Amino acid sequence: MSIIQAKNIYKVYNETHVPVHALNGVDLEIEKGEFTAIVGPSGSGKTTLLNIIGGLDLPTEGDIFIEGTNLKTLSSRQLIDFRLHNIGFVFQAYNLIPVLTALENTEFILELQGVSKKEREKRAMEILKTVDIADKRDHKPGQLSGGQQQRVAVARALVSQPKYIIADEPTANLDSKSTEELLTLMKKMNEKFQTTFVFATHDQRVMDKARRIITIEDGKAVKDETFER
Amino acid sequence: MLLAIAWRNLWRNKLRSSVIFISIAVGIIGAITSVGFMSGMVDQREDAAIANEVSNIQIHNPKFLLNDEAQYMVPGAAQKVSEIEQIPQVKGVSLRLKVTGMAASANAGAGITIRGVNVASELKVSDINQNVIEGTYLTQNARFPAVVGQKLAHKLDLGLGDKIIITLSDSSGTITSGAFQIEGIFKTANDQFDESNVFVKKSDLAKLIGYPNNVGNEIAIRLNSNMDTPMVVNKLDKMMVGDIHSDKIIIQSWDQIQPLLKSMVEMMDYFSYLFLIIIMAALAFAIINTMLMAVMERTREIGMLMALGMNKRKIFNLILLETIFLSIIGAFIGLGVSVLVVHHYAIYGFDLTNAASGLNSFGYSARIFFRVSNEFYFISLILVVIIAIISSISPALKALKLQPATAIRENI
Ligand SMILES: Nc1ncnc2c1ncn2[C@@H]1O[C@H](COP(=O)(O)OP(=O)(O)OP(=O)(O)O)[C@@H](O)[C@H]1O
Ligand SMILES: [Mg+2]
Repeated sequence: MSIIQAKNIYKVYNETHVPVHALNGVDLEIEKGEFTAIVGPSGSGKTTLLNIIGGLDLPTEGDIFIEGTNLKTLSSRQLIDFRLHNIGFVFQAYNLIPVLTALENTEFILELQGVSKKEREKRAMEILKTVDIADKRDHKPGQLSGGQQQRVAVARALVSQPKYIIADEPTANLDSKSTEELLTLMKKMNEKFQTTFVFATHDQRVMDKARRIITIEDGKAVKDETFER
Repeated sequence: MLLAIAWRNLWRNKLRSSVIFISIAVGIIGAITSVGFMSGMVDQREDAAIANEVSNIQIHNPKFLLNDEAQYMVPGAAQKVSEIEQIPQVKGVSLRLKVTGMAASANAGAGITIRGVNVASELKVSDINQNVIEGTYLTQNARFPAVVGQKLAHKLDLGLGDKIIITLSDSSGTITSGAFQIEGIFKTANDQFDESNVFVKKSDLAKLIGYPNNVGNEIAIRLNSNMDTPMVVNKLDKMMVGDIHSDKIIIQSWDQIQPLLKSMVEMMDYFSYLFLIIIMAALAFAIINTMLMAVMERTREIGMLMALGMNKRKIFNLILLETIFLSIIGAFIGLGVSVLVVHHYAIYGFDLTNAASGLNSFGYSARIFFRVSNEFYFISLILVVIIAIISSISPALKALKLQPATAIRENI
């Protein structure tokens, strides 16, 4: 069974005033271990689609199944809990809690999940080592470069071993070197842990690394290509 | 970690937080020192009234209280006095002959209360002798000496050595008068008292109105500490239960004799809390405003926390904790300073000399010793926490209304 199954998704913003049809019938299936990019022009609906896949927003019409669970059937409280235990997030910016150190930010998800202090410190340190930022464990986000912050964000998304990770333009604020490093890292993690990644991007360098590229235009998936790399 | 986040969030906008700390501190200092001052005033009034006017406990014939006629004596008074003197908490007992009458000089007259006292025992009961500002207090050798309040002396235009004519009814109900020589003039903090009271020797007064020297219609009891009053009253009630049941005597504590004084003390307590609550309510608006700003500034961050899977209860707790920290720091600063200020003025007193002439007519003297109970400090702190909890509700609800998907899109 696919991890993510989106069936005939419509999303209309501002239904009552000036409706904006952001998604117009998207069908999508994503399998475990995929490394998939969603691309398309600005305003085409990438963020909207990722939010729906990530359980941050519900479709106006259509259903979204995560390993068979229809997100529409969950209460808002259950949905929050579902995100906590199943989905990792990397945003474009402001990913981290500014008052917490890199280590604390990484531990944070585990704390929300109720993992013991000892266990979460061990796991957080391990993952910080894996993403090669352990030496900055005691730095707060303000003391880290954009690339380093995104690494910590990836570490935080990975630390709870979610079913999949959603990343909306994770490299948009990074220079090309950091972009390259972050992508290499994400791909390495994808291979090492079989973690499923779905990200939205404009960036050609990112697309070049993706094994599957879904193109959206005007809220419709118009192209779906896979690559061996 | 919630605690750490809330605590550290406090210091993100140091200026804004400091403004709140200082506001709360100033509010608390204002409330507590004013309450300390006012309680000090009330205490002083209470102490002075006990020392100069009412003593701690008085015993009368109930008929005397009803009719205010000298003839209603306390039965077996001498025997009772010597029994009461045995009670360890008692400092002194004075058997008095108390009569209302008129005082007159060549020029004017005034209604007065005249107390015939046995000097040796009266000195242990009343502090009036310490308030004599001119002359002396009823020396044993003078003939028909009297000590009068300064106000009365002024009113009658009398000075030391002058004669004061006192008119009253004697034991047979006949109006009689006698001349006393002013040997001392006293001044207490209570002008009303000074205006209407005269002290003479009991033997002189008894002779004038035709009573034996060993009777009296008022037993005044002074204790070493006013805290023992209820306990001693209790003891006396048991001791004299027969006389009380047969309506021969009535025992009253100072607060029954001067209920106004008592209600002033109680009102002071209510007022203290009211005052505190009003100040806190005003501060609540500043706290709410600050926290609303903090929530709005952190829209994206809160959206991110929600996206990650932080549930509403935890978001609420985060904001609640931050509000409590914000308030409690100000409260501790305020309480700390208040303790020092109150302690200082509790020891050295707060000098009101310039305002004193006005205060005197209400029965206050010029140096006020502050008092704030530990309970009041504690309740102030609790109240701050309660106000913080109430103040956090609106900012927290604001945060909870955020939708993660839209909050993250915000460009703040
Ligand atoms: N909360 C909202 N209310 C109203 N319209 C919205 C809202 N969010 C998005 N839209 C609209 O929906 C459409 C799709 O937006 P979306 O953000 O998904 O595009 P995108 O592909 O992510 O664009 P970009 O590449 O610029 O990030 C746009 O027309 C956008 O203006
Ligand atoms: Mg977008």
